[in-house]
Amino acid sequence: MAEFWEFIREPFFITLWIVAILVPLLLGVAYLTYAERKIIGYMQVRIGPNRVGPRGWLQPIADALKLLMKEIIVPQNSNRFLFLIAPMISIAPALAAWAVMPFTDRLVLANIDASLLYILALTSMGVYGVIIAGWASNSKYAFLGAMRSAAQIVAYEIAMGFALVGVLIAGGSLNLVDIVQAQQGSLVHWFWLPLFPLFLVYFISGVAETNRAPFDVAEGESEIVAGFHVEYSGMAFAVFFLAEYANMILIAALAALMFLGGWLSPFEGTWFESWFAWVPGIFWLLVKTSLFLFCFLWFRATFPRYRYDQIMRLGWKVFIPITIVWIVVAGGLVVGEVGPWFN
Amino acid sequence: MGFERFVFYVFAVILVYAAARVITVRNPVHAVLHLVLAFFTCAGLWLLLEAEFLAITLVLVYVGAVMVLFLFVVMMLDINVSPLREGFVKYLPMGFVVALLIFAEMFMVLGVKNFGAQAVAIPERHGADYSNTREIGNVLYTDYVYPFEIASVILLVAIIAAIALTMRRRPDTRSQDPVAQVAVRREDRVRLVKMKTEEKSG
Repeated sequence: MAEFWEFIREPFFITLWIVAILVPLLLGVAYLTYAERKIIGYMQVRIGPNRVGPRGWLQPIADALKLLMKEIIVPQNSNRFLFLIAPMISIAPALAAWAVMPFTDRLVLANIDASLLYILALTSMGVYGVIIAGWASNSKYAFLGAMRSAAQIVAYEIAMGFALVGVLIAGGSLNLVDIVQAQQGSLVHWFWLPLFPLFLVYFISGVAETNRAPFDVAEGESEIVAGFHVEYSGMAFAVFFLAEYANMILIAALAALMFLGGWLSPFEGTWFESWFAWVPGIFWLLVKTSLFLFCFLWFRATFPRYRYDQIMRLGWKVFIPITIVWIVVAGGLVVGEVGPWFN
Repeated sequence: MGFERFVFYVFAVILVYAAARVITVRNPVHAVLHLVLAFFTCAGLWLLLEAEFLAITLVLVYVGAVMVLFLFVVMMLDINVSPLREGFVKYLPMGFVVALLIFAEMFMVLGVKNFGAQAVAIPERHGADYSNTREIGNVLYTDYVYPFEIASVILLVAIIAAIALTMRRRPDTRSQDPVAQVAVRREDRVRLVKMKTEEKSG
């Protein structure tokens, strides 16, 4: 018995870890949809969902139940295998990327050496779900949506990758824990200040990568109905939705880790630092992540959708040159040991 | 050790299967998807060899970028496969010759003499703190800096040449100039006209 326990102990605890990360993540996704409807509702002087449960708190649960009960319709001329596997391909990388996410300096499931690279590689896989869904549906709208999304993701991934290169130059490591620890000091020590252009480029590219407004031409409902997931119904549709929102949370959390000091307290280095010393680091990370998530929703309520050629121009002709220039500047800052960040 | 070998064989079987399907499957889109699977399992094998930087880069560059463009093009082309297969028997001998040549060349380079168990020492296992990324960086920018830089310049030339060859200037098409659009002022577009209220006639 003891031997058997010895054999399964590690897999058991890792499974427990995964559950402890994914259950709050999926709950976060559910309540992000609720927050989205409420916040955009208030911005547009509406009330938003308020019927199910007190103040509409149970609305996401009701939505999930409804989607679970619905029939999954597979179009007759679709490629059945690829049609059904596409949602899985889109959610698997969105969830797997969380394996290396550090929540505090010790609270991390897999503290691998190249965690930043790992996340970048996995987020770049998400596009397959979209392309395969669009192609396998054998529908013109779905296919147009998939093509738009593929071109957009490839364009913005380069800008995003270059922004991350700047971060790893500044942090001197590919490991997210080390990157956060390199920002220790105070609010001005965080990398948002020396890498400000990269910070903006990263976050805007993140909005484009997740196909969110104002870059949501992949599902531009006024032109191509709903883009790549027109033909999906029930839970298969919900899985695409889950993947999109999980990716949003991932982008927001990464932005918080790389540019806003992750779990570091914003009061560090000020005279009332000790007042907030009891606050656990994960709380600060959640606050910063929520800040970015709020921006996602705010953008959606504020900006009109970009035209397709404008998106391409912004990605290729504006963001990529900015990042290339700032990588050189960041390298100069590090080599010149410019304070207070790099000395 | 047992589990590692098990993982190796699982990945190896999937890799060989996927690579074989790339050239046997009828639908070109399926062929590209099998190639994606082959790259992905190959990255898994590299991870077993403690080459995590190369493995992740393989996924990032080939799966995440190159194959997406491949898929993009193959889906757009709508290739009809049957005319492509017409000359199969006619070209088969030539194909065999080429395959044999490639095999012979690879055998000479990668054969038992150069890469066998005697020729190469068994690589030592590294601890958890071993950084494959740092090692590659050190080697690339010290020992192999000239080959590395020359290779990158050759690639750059290829990129520029490809763009220069396919670039078409079409002055007759109508396109918008964002700089001019941003520079527009209200005075250029709007003219306020003062006029008296019309008297009701009749």
